[in-house]
This record gives sequence, structure tokens and C-alpha cells, in this order.
Amino acid sequence: MKVLVPVKRVIDYNVKVRVKSDQTGVDLANVKMSMNPFDEIAVEEAVRLREKGVATEVVVVSIGPAQAQDTIRTALAMGADRGLLLQTDQDLEPLAVAKLLQAVVGEEQPKLVLMGKQAIDGDNNAVGQMLAALLDWPQATFASAVELNGEASAKVTREVDGGLQTIEVDLPAVVTADLRLNEPRYASLPNIMKAKKKPIEVKAAADYGVDIAPRLTVLKVTEPPKRGGGVKVETAADLVMKLKNEAGVL
Amino acid sequence: MAVLVLADHDNAHLRDTTAKTVTAAQILSTDVDVLVLGEGAKAVADAAAQIAGVRKVLLMEGPELKAMLAEAAAAAVVPLMDGYDAFLTPATSVGKNVAPRIAAKLDVSQISDVIEVVDGSTFVRPIYAGNALETVSSSEAKKVITVRPTAFKAAADGGSAPVETVAAPTVQAHARFVSEAVTASDRPELGAARIVVSGGRALGSAEEFNGVLEPLADKLGAAIGASRAAVDAGYAPNDYQVGQTGKVVAPDLYIAIGISGAIQHLAGMKDSKVIVAINKDPEAPIFQIADYGLVADYKTAIPELMRALG
Repeated sequence: MKVLVPVKRVIDYNVKVRVKSDQTGVDLANVKMSMNPFDEIAVEEAVRLREKGVATEVVVVSIGPAQAQDTIRTALAMGADRGLLLQTDQDLEPLAVAKLLQAVVGEEQPKLVLMGKQAIDGDNNAVGQMLAALLDWPQATFASAVELNGEASAKVTREVDGGLQTIEVDLPAVVTADLRLNEPRYASLPNIMKAKKKPIEVKAAADYGVDIAPRLTVLKVTEPPKRGGGVKVETAADLVMKLKNEAGVL
Repeated sequence: MAVLVLADHDNAHLRDTTAKTVTAAQILSTDVDVLVLGEGAKAVADAAAQIAGVRKVLLMEGPELKAMLAEAAAAAVVPLMDGYDAFLTPATSVGKNVAPRIAAKLDVSQISDVIEVVDGSTFVRPIYAGNALETVSSSEAKKVITVRPTAFKAAADGGSAPVETVAAPTVQAHARFVSEAVTASDRPELGAARIVVSGGRALGSAEEFNGVLEPLADKLGAAIGASRAAVDAGYAPNDYQVGQTGKVVAPDLYIAIGISGAIQHLAGMKDSKVIVAINKDPEAPIFQIADYGLVADYKTAIPELMRALG
């Protein structure tokens, strides 16, 4: 069975982002970019399914600028088989991404779409659910364990407020990965070299004939209010006194 | 303009995230209805009817709705949206699961995790783990919005809205509920607690985590939280996690013990009213946002703190 894994190129999670002074967005110039951490987990899970012989092919797709090929290359070095880039310089909303992915699913016919639960730039947490809706497939979001029953169904444990929920979804389905699904591997040097020979097909996102026009207008991007400088206290007794008398929270 | 709010509940109790979402909805419209999806959830609908300013409560029940599976919940909500201009749900694990499915079925862009409603079409939401705030304007005919509950005050009680029972549509569902494992706790719920004490990797083991935090939480009537490092190391269950990928909290008092203060953790707690950091590393980033910092080993600081609290 074929597994499709959408991945996104985002600002590296360790980078402290800076808001542009003209409030038009976040400064992306000369900033380290990486694969979205949740997508790494999705790639890892797909590769593990391939190693178990459950998946026969892992196809990685990214939608974004030409540099997103590096992100796809990373996934190929982790063990994915081939890549597809839908190239666009436009910043797309989750609905547009979901519609493009719907078109890719139509072409590739995977049995399973495995993807991250959210991208750490937009923090929307929406594409997987939207894709499932457009395809009319079941969804299993925030997955911390995935157990496939052949090509018929998947038993997925989900991280929910208050604990864990296990559901069973018929395949084909969309599963979104949470942090605790697995620990992604590092690509070894030989695998990085091998990945250079794996194919990446590049297509223009505009060629899919999908309506990807933005529906929302970003009016401004601002810095969150700064917290006032705090004080250091010397002892626990001092701390309790200040919390009682100064802060009034005890 | 009429607004539909999806209630957050466990089939027996209404969570206060619902009343907070109603507050956000009331900025959009005076016609706010609350939808309760569930099974055996009449008590929840009655509680929702008491929220001041609610026009009416719709109660829809069915076995698939009990576990709030996304397909069934979206199928229940989408036809109702003919009569509404906006759909709001708290950005809980249920809301985040269901709302985008509804948005896509309505062919509209969702606005996620809203922290401020500026006017009927303008909203503020955090991006990049809360390191930037984005103000967006939506021209969508129907708006689908998830609301960050900690950013809004709960609407008061005192309403007496009528409860209307609506039949659930039959769905050819491709998802089934199997089981659930709920973390048992007598403490206040993390997302709603007035005081949160949170532990990090420095605590070293699950025994130490519980041994240090539980007595302190009991003394303060606080909920217990954890950093991702503490959860990954197995010191605390994952629904304790505070941060970008866990819960977002904004209590009156947040006490971070042995937590360095990574960007992803700060995203979940930096809107707390007062932040206290106890850490033996004076350079830990948590001290940059803490109102009160105590540079000390928790092993000596916590017993002293317990004594000082009396």
C-alpha cells in the first residue's frame, strides 16, 4: 500500500523569530529553515511502516518555494521513496493546501495520508482535518500510536485533553501525528548520498487548477506584549511574602 | 448575524471553556445559540441554558456523538450552518479536531485559536508559538473559528434559554470509538486552575516529580503541569504538558520548578498573571519572563516553600 506524507518547510523550531518593523510579517531572511518537527514524525512513521512491509511505497509531497526540495530531500534520506514538489511562492492558507493535497491524492491514490498535526509557523492545526473532509475520508488526529489492520483499517490512539482515546478508522484515511508517536531518526551520511539519486518531481501549484486564492487578509503582525522585568528573591520565605503582599495571588 | 457555539463537555458536565467561548461569540452577535452534541447529555444542555445571553440550546444525541468522532460531529453541524453566520468552538482537542472538518465542508478558511475578537470580521491570533500576533480579516460568508479559552472571561450564569432537541443525521461513518484512558485526578483541571505548579526535567524521576509537586499542589489547591522534557522522560502523563503542543494555560499564579523555559513551553504559559521560577541555573531563560525568580535547588527550595506557606 502506498503512503503519502505531506511535509512543510518552516523556520527551525529553535530560532527565536523576529517580527518585521513594518508589521507585515515575520522576518524570514537568512533564518535557518527545517522540516516541520511534526512532519518528521509522520515521515518516520511512514518509513517504519515500509520497513515492516506494511507500506510498499512512501511518497513525500511538499507545497512551497523551490527550496522546499531540501525538505523533501531530508525525507528521502530518512527512507521515503520519492518526492513531489508543488512549487509556489505564494503563502497558502490551510484550505488551499488541503485542496492541492486532495488533487495529489487523486493522482497518487494512497491508502493512507500521514502528516503532522500542525505546522509550527502558522499553528493552525487544520490541513489534515480539511483534507479528510474534502476526500470524505475518516480522520485520526493527534496520533500517538498507529496499528494497521492490513489495508482494511487502522487503530489509532489519540492524545486528547484528559488522556488518550483509541479509535478505529477504515482505510483510506488521514492520520495526523502528535509528538509522542515516535522519535524520528537522523539520516545517515550514506542515506543522504543515496537520497540524492531518488527522484523529485517538480510541478507548478498553479497547474492543478485548484482555487488557492487567499480568503483571509493579514492586516498586521505584531510582537506580543512584553512582560515587565521581574525580580529575584533570596529565600522561599521572601517569595511567599511577596506573593501574598505584593502580587496578591496567595 | 447568528452564531452557533459548540459546547465542550464530557456528557455529564459542561466545561467553563464553553462559557468563555460564548463571551467571544457575544462580541460578534447577540444571537448566540449553543449546540450540545453527545449522548445522555441533557444535564449539559441544561447547564448551557443557564449561561447569560444564550438565545437557545440545541441538543443532539447519538452514539457516535458521545465520543465526538469528527465525521459524525461535522455531519451534525454542517446542515445546521444554513441558519448561522459563524461557528465557534473552544480550541480544545475536540474543537481542534472537528472545526477544520466543518470549515472545509463549508468551503471556508478557518481562523484558529483566536485570542481577541476586534469586530465582526477581524480577529487576533498567535503564530510561531506565540512569538507573534497576527491580525486577520475574513470576508468569508460563514466564519469558522476556534477560540483560545484562556483569552476570554467566562460568561456569567443567570440565563434561562430554552433547550430544543434536534435529531442527529444518520451518517455512514468510517470511524469507530474503541476505548479511552482518562487520567484520574482530584485536582482542578489544568486549563481552568487558578494556580498551576509545573515541573521539568530537573526533577529527575516520576517519584520525585510526584513527591515534590503533589504536596505543594495540594497545599495551594493547584493543578499540576509539566514541561515536554518531563513528559517525554515519563515523569508525568502527556496531558499534563504545558506548551505549544500541549495545553495553553493562563492562571493567576504559575510556578515553574526545574523548567529551563524553552520557547515551546513559554508558548503555553506566558500569559499567566504572575510567574514564579525556581531553578538552580541563574541563566535559565525562564527567569527572563518570571515575575519572581528564586535561584536555588528545588530540593532545598520546595521544603522551605512548604514551611513558609505554613
